[in-house]
Amino acid sequence: MTHLKLFGTTALALTLAAPAMAQEIRFMCYSDGNECEVYDDVLSRFEAANPGVDVIVDVVPYQAILENLPVQLAAGSGPDMAKVTDLGGLSQYYLDLAPHVDRAYWEAAFGDTLGWYRGAAGGNAINGMHSQLTITGAFVNATLFEQAGVAMPAADASWDDWAAAARAVAAATDTPFPMAIDRTGHRFAGPAISYGAAIVAEDGTPTLSDEGFAAFTAQFVEWNNDGTMARDVWAGQGGATYQDAAQEFINGELVFYYSGSWQVGRMDSQVGDLFDWRVVGSPCGPVGVCSGMPGGAGIVGFAQTQHPETVAAVIDFLAQEDIYAEVTARTRNLPAHLGVAAAGVDFEGASPAAAAALSAFAADLADVSPAAFRYQGYANNRAMFGITAERVSQAIVGELSVEDAVARMASDLEAALAAVK
Amino acid sequence: MRSKGDSILLQVITPIMRAIEIPMLGLQRLLGINHLAWVFLLPNLLLFGLFAFFPVILNVSYAVTGGANVLLVDRPHVGAQNFAQLLDCANYLDPNSCREDKFWRAVWNTTWFVTLQVGIMVAFSLLTAIVLNREIRARGFFRAVFFFPVLLSPVVVALIWKWILQREGVLNAFLDWTGVGGYNWLVDADWAFGWSVFLSVWAHMGFYTLILLAGLQAIPRDVYEAATMDRASAWRVFRRITLPLLSPTMLVVLVLALIKGVQTFDEVYAFTGGGPGTATTFIIQYIYEEGFAGAPRLFGLAAAASLLVAGVLVVLTLVQLWLNRRSANG
Repeated sequence: MTHLKLFGTTALALTLAAPAMAQEIRFMCYSDGNECEVYDDVLSRFEAANPGVDVIVDVVPYQAILENLPVQLAAGSGPDMAKVTDLGGLSQYYLDLAPHVDRAYWEAAFGDTLGWYRGAAGGNAINGMHSQLTITGAFVNATLFEQAGVAMPAADASWDDWAAAARAVAAATDTPFPMAIDRTGHRFAGPAISYGAAIVAEDGTPTLSDEGFAAFTAQFVEWNNDGTMARDVWAGQGGATYQDAAQEFINGELVFYYSGSWQVGRMDSQVGDLFDWRVVGSPCGPVGVCSGMPGGAGIVGFAQTQHPETVAAVIDFLAQEDIYAEVTARTRNLPAHLGVAAAGVDFEGASPAAAAALSAFAADLADVSPAAFRYQGYANNRAMFGITAERVSQAIVGELSVEDAVARMASDLEAALAAVK
Repeated sequence: MRSKGDSILLQVITPIMRAIEIPMLGLQRLLGINHLAWVFLLPNLLLFGLFAFFPVILNVSYAVTGGANVLLVDRPHVGAQNFAQLLDCANYLDPNSCREDKFWRAVWNTTWFVTLQVGIMVAFSLLTAIVLNREIRARGFFRAVFFFPVLLSPVVVALIWKWILQREGVLNAFLDWTGVGGYNWLVDADWAFGWSVFLSVWAHMGFYTLILLAGLQAIPRDVYEAATMDRASAWRVFRRITLPLLSPTMLVVLVLALIKGVQTFDEVYAFTGGGPGTATTFIIQYIYEEGFAGAPRLFGLAAAASLLVAGVLVVLTLVQLWLNRRSANG
């Protein structure tokens, strides 16, 4: 009887304790540099302050965030939270953090970036914390310019000016590639907007076939065919596959590399003192706009989690100014937290070149066109990025004329919008 | 006479068989001897239904729905719209005239790829099998060498050849060293396609060589001895004896190679990503990209395309089987 009582008591205790026992939170994370490692470290403090909560950081390749996560979410088997870049596209799955966090603090800290996570539905939900603000811009190999004796174009120089200068430097120094732009529709958008593309009009109508977009497409195809652009980057891949040219730049094979602020850490650690590099922001287009594309990544919780309060608490912890500032400093990213940005960030271990590069990117934010912000916040921008990469590549390799490629982009966009309607 | 092992086995099996016998006798009385076969087939039928038949039904269901939702219940029924979209073409020979131009580019790329890859691979496999069937020195070693690539993962195969062929790869380093000068092989559409065929032949040839070798060894020696006595030439022996007697094996090889060729995806995807442009995008990659990699995910279109591919494969297999039956019947 005593044994039975003991068994019964134990069973009851276990049943009552079950909800208070370990809550396992799965955090699907990818790194541009060391982000997941830093999150894992700071979240151990959250775990220490919240016994029974176990936040497991699952580090995955970026491709898994793009391709696997949406399928998992659609099937109801996603993680509790994740670091994502398709900010608006996954909004239907997000957990609204508003009931669990201090709305006033979040709105003051993250301002307009909160809207990027609301997708087409809009509203005033708090769906995610923008963990790293990025902006596209150009890295240049200053040593090659010096060796070639070519003056670096001024701050307000155009894409044409930079193309001419990069060609001259490459020719004088026997460098294989004058210029390269990452193979993604996101990177393509900055210069396209500078050439007059609206991409997402003020009324929210998307287009990939206006005059400005077609003009930059034609220019970009021409640069790929005349050797100004590294043909390997866009022509060397199929589909909408992402391809960067960071390794070519690090190897000293590239004069002008248009990528973004997230590459600063990599440049800092891998270029070292091999050569001097500099960030020059986004060149100007013929319509006088000199815009890059904002973007970045954010941390979101998913509505399908079994532990919404805990997930919200984890994200709220990461959103606190001191923690956010520490993570930003350690990962060498631009802060989206307005308080952290205003206070300034002392980037941990950053070389003078990296610190200058991050300052240059931060300064370039002022030039970002409203069209670029609209495109970044547009719910179906991923579809548009993919269409751009595919069709522009086909024009580069000669499968389509520039006119046909632009027409196909228009029809592809129409079909994509019909599918998500 | 039973061995010790047999008797132990018997001791283990007998009680199991006796235990099964009781319910089986009951079932036999209940269903009758003729229907009892279904009881034995049931486990296999269930597995087949779950893993083969059910996915086909699911595929058909997706093919007649639209939108970008994953769950069937959330997807609107669109009838044959996905098939119509895929087949909407002014001129099937010109992908640019098709509404779904990427599908038709993939179809034509696959057609050319399969034609070249299967043709070259079967020819080389046959040649290699004939050589390896002869009494040559280190025959076992060469058989292993030709079979070795089959053991490699497709991604490993792709990466090996990518390292060799990329701009700063081994081949260009060698060509630079010889003074010929390197070439950007994987950025040129024709070369990228050609190397994809080569890579695929290299990776799979060993498997088909092995099958053909087994077929060659099954041909009775006395037929060859009779031909030798009749002073038949080597070519005549090959044409009149080897080829006809090997034709059933050749048919198996052709059917397998053809199906495998149409299904080509992983190694070429890891090798070129389907590029430059769509030069090495084959039909399975198209299905993958429409259904899983692109945004939005067009599961309906991908499912419809996969059914069309399945239909073509069934037709090709039936034609080949018919040809074989016809040749077997003289």
